[in-house]
Formats: sequence, C-alpha cells, structure tokens
Amino acid sequence: MSLLLLAEQALNGLQFGVMLFLMAAGLTLVFGVMGLINLAHGSLYMLGAFVAAVVAGATGSFLLALVAALAAAAGAGALVEMLVIRRLYDRDHLDQVLATFALILIFSEGTRWAFGSFPLYLDIPPWLSGPVMLPGGILYPAYRLSLIGVGLAVALALYLLISRTRLGVRIRAGAADREMIAALGVDISRLYTVVFALGAGLAGLAGALVGAIQSVQVGMGEPVLILAFVVIVIGGIGSIKGALIGAILVGLTDTLGRLLLPLAFQTVMDSSAAASAGAAVASMSIYILMAAVLIWRPSGLFGARG
Amino acid sequence: MNERWLNAAVVAGLVAFPLWALWMDEPFLITLATRAVILALAGVGLNIALGLGGLVSLGHAAFFGIGGYAMGILASHAQAYAPIMEWPFLIEGTKSMPVIWIVAMLAAALAALAIGALSLRTSGVYFIMITLAFGQMLYYFAISWPAYGGEDGLSIYVRNGFPGLNTLAPAPFYGLCLTVLLIALAAHWQIARSPFGLALNAARQSPARVETVGIAPFRLRLVAFTVSGAITGLAGALFADLNRFVSPVMFSWQTSGEIMVFVILGGVARLFGPVVGAVVFITLEHWLGGLSDYWHIYLGALLLGVVLFARGGLIGLVAGRGGHE
Repeated sequence: MSLLLLAEQALNGLQFGVMLFLMAAGLTLVFGVMGLINLAHGSLYMLGAFVAAVVAGATGSFLLALVAALAAAAGAGALVEMLVIRRLYDRDHLDQVLATFALILIFSEGTRWAFGSFPLYLDIPPWLSGPVMLPGGILYPAYRLSLIGVGLAVALALYLLISRTRLGVRIRAGAADREMIAALGVDISRLYTVVFALGAGLAGLAGALVGAIQSVQVGMGEPVLILAFVVIVIGGIGSIKGALIGAILVGLTDTLGRLLLPLAFQTVMDSSAAASAGAAVASMSIYILMAAVLIWRPSGLFGARG
Repeated sequence: MNERWLNAAVVAGLVAFPLWALWMDEPFLITLATRAVILALAGVGLNIALGLGGLVSLGHAAFFGIGGYAMGILASHAQAYAPIMEWPFLIEGTKSMPVIWIVAMLAAALAALAIGALSLRTSGVYFIMITLAFGQMLYYFAISWPAYGGEDGLSIYVRNGFPGLNTLAPAPFYGLCLTVLLIALAAHWQIARSPFGLALNAARQSPARVETVGIAPFRLRLVAFTVSGAITGLAGALFADLNRFVSPVMFSWQTSGEIMVFVILGGVARLFGPVVGAVVFITLEHWLGGLSDYWHIYLGALLLGVVLFARGGLIGLVAGRGGHE
C-alpha cells in the first residue's frame, strides 16, 4: 500500500468527519441548551439535500442552492420547534424520542410523496469539479477539499459565535441555568427557537454539501444521524469542542478502518477470508471506538453532564 | 372501563380471532394476526426494560435480529445438511422450534448482558444513544458478513416444526405464538410483583434510596435488560419463522423504533400495553396501507398525538390513569 493512498484516505476521513461535525454540532447544542434529544435532526439534513437539488436544478447555481438549503432547513426547524418541539422540553426523554420519531415518519413519507422514491442528483459545480495537486504530490478532488474548508470554517464561526457574541453568552447561560436567565429577562422561548433553527440550518447545509457526492434520497438522514449520535457520545453531550474532535475521530476511524483492517487481517489469514472479516470488523469499528471511550470515560471526552 | 376487564377482553379477542377469520374464510387475516402477536411479544420484552426498569433502549432490534438469525442459521444448516461446526465438537443445525427458541433466547440474553454491561454505565440520553449505536453495529455487521446472506438475508424453505403440531397451517402456528405471548405476559406479571420487580421499580423512581438500603441498581437493571433482551430475541425467532426469511432489516433502527412505538402506543408499564399497541399498529398498517401508500404520515401524526396529548397510551385513554404509574 502506498503512502499516497493512505494520505488520500486520511483526507477522506477528515472530510467525512467535518461533515459529521455539522450534524453533531446542532444535536449537541440542542441537547446542551434545551435538554432535548432530537431524532428528527436527520430529516432536516435530508430536507437540505432535497431543497439544494431542486434549486440547483431550477437555477443552475450551486451557491444559491446552498443558501436555499440552509434557509429552508432553518425555517423548517423554527416551524417544527414552535409547533411540536416546544411542548417536549419538560417531558422525559422517552416522550422526546417518540415524538421526534413520529416527525421522522412524517418528514420521510412527506418527502417520498412530494419527490417520489427515486433519488435526485445534485451536481458538483464545474469550478470545483477537477482535482487539485496538494503538497507531496497528492491529487485530491477540489470539491472534497472545499468541504473540509467549509466544515472547519463553520467550526471556527460557531466557536466565535458562542464565545464572543451576546447570543453565545445567552446560549451558554441557557445551558447552565435556564430559570435564572429567564428571570434576568431573556426571552427564553425565542432563544430556544433560534438555537433549534441554527442547528437545523447546519444540518441542512451538511445535507446539501454531501448531497453533491451522494445520491439525494429519502432515508439518507438517519444513518448520518446515528453516526452524529456516536460522535456526541464520544465527544461528550453539550460540548461543541467535543463534537469537533469526536467527529474527526469517527471520520478517520471509519475511513482508515475500512482501508487498514482487511490488510491487517491478511497477515493472519488468507486474503478472501481477510477481506470479509476485515470489512465486517471495519463496519463496526466506530462502535468499538465508542465502547472503548465509554469504558474509559462514561460521559464522553469533554462531557460535563450525564 | 377497568384495566383488568380491558385486558380480559383483549385476551378473549385474540383467542377468538382465528375462529372468526376461519368462519369469514379469510386465512390471510390469521397470518396478519400472528404478526401482531409476535411483535407484541417483542414489545413485552422491551416493556420489562422500559416499563419496569425505566431503561429507554432504542436498540432492541439487536436482540430481535439475533433471535431471527439464530433461527436462520440453525435452520439453513439443517436444510443444507451441513453441520455448523465439526471441530472441536460437532454442532448440527436443527428444524425444531423448541431448540431454536432456547438458542435464540440464550444468544439474545448473552448479547443483552454484554450490551447492558457497557450501556448501563451511563444513563439518560447517553443510554438511549448507546443502545441505538449498538443496534446499528450489529446491523452493519449483518450486512457485511457474507457467510449468512449479507445484505440479501437468508431464506428457509419450510417453516420449522413443533412436536405434535402442524406449524405449516396458519391457525396452529397462531395458537403457538399466542401461547408464548401469554406465557411472557404471565412472566412479566410475576416479575413486576416479585421482590426483584419491586426493587427494580424503586430503582427507576429513586436510585439513591435503593442504593442506601443496600441494593445495587446496576445489577437490577442489568438483569432486567438481559431478561428483556431474551424475550425480544424469542420474538425475533418466531418472526423469522413466520416469514421464513431473515435479513439485516430486523436489526435496523426502525425496528427498534417500532418496537418502542408498540409499547408507547398501548401504554408504558401497562401489562397489556405492547399487545394493544402492536394490534393497533398492525391494524393501522393493514387498513391505512390499503388506503394510501404514504400511510406512515398518518401513523406519525397519530403517534405525535398520543405522545403530546394522550400520556398513558391507548390503555390510559380507555382505562384512565393508574396501573403501575
């Protein structure tokens, strides 16, 4: 195996990781501030991808599609928060799981009803379609490289938003003591709507960005949602920093596991058995990582609350 | 209406149903009812962890799938006359339901013990997400392990046998599944009344107090989770036998979600909650599925309504609050 392949796969892992971060950031914010577990986060990801595919198909502009995806997901998030989610904050987690499971059913079937069961396709814009030459002679797709850039830029922007702005102060205060900030005169229900819409918008953006390298179809959100859960369990629920580190760890483990584990098995068994055993173990590698982190630290790497 | 009378009416309805279906000459309805009974059994399993123990497991598809694959692996080896292993000792496949059931329950219990031992280190949202993740782990394992069909699953040509019963006919198989369900319900009732069940219930409401009197909540919960997994595993074996087919779909997180929906739709911690939930779910699936291809929208809306406005589920709506609240 060449070092070039390894470097390329590491970049793929990083790209996968930052996209997971966009999903995980919203989930972890919503849980940290409102104490809500939201299974329907994957539906907002799907919504973003569908809106992007439709807008790009109608206008031909990829950037417009991204903006539309972000706006549509944020808008849908705000609407869902006001209609349904708001009633769930003082319920137990079981009710939250079920109500958001019901939302998934409604979103998925609604999308199937509107767009049919066939996948849509979102094309990579021409100005990002070629490969770029990286230092060290690695030829890497420009689009995937820009995904890494966008993901890291969003991470930085979120960090600045939460640590430097008034909204960020309120978000942090809301996570620490919601009664107190309500008593201090912050409109808590509006704050919750804003936080939920922010998370939803990030999920929609992730869906649109990933939609260009995958097919856009009903049910695309749930596998990503579950991986995002793994990410925030590893990183510690409520921690943005934990979400970023967890996401990159998960992305790298998954991608490199698929490359390296079959090779590792080849040293002890014949190649076809090694390929299948390696693939089987690689498909479980991130869950094994999660179990290991939990044995070591039951509330995640950066988690404060259990 | 009293919850006890409601439960009696449900049992009477389940017993009488195949007679009615035979009289109406609609044997297909018996197969549909068998599906409901088996899914109810899976729900009864989850209800022990969820209702009695307060453990919100979103990964019970893992045990359902393990039960299904226990049946699939044993029966496929038996129908191919190929032993499962010859060294260090010979293990043959089997087409006998009692043996398959025992293997399915043991395998599911073992998996539940391992998953529980890890997951129960955490609580609350972490527990929900971790059980979900373990379910996914087995799902992806089943897809990528090619020996037993991988993504395509495994088919069995003939339904497995039970001594003295023609399991190929719908009505006897229904009777068998219903008997298993009633035994599981009796077991749940016994567990809930036993010292173990009372301590488990106390650990759900106030872990600190339970610990103070010298009982470890972790152990209670682990036992409850294991028993719960075993019952759901048995349901998985029966479900695979009903369809004569197993596939990774049994492991999928939607399956976990649906098993949980049965329990909640009927009413959490109510003895007959999963039964009412599964029967209503299957009826809706059959009826709405005939009206519209997009029946999940209506199911979602109904579920949302139950969660937001009818706490205590359908049984709570009919029989009022109480029970094990």
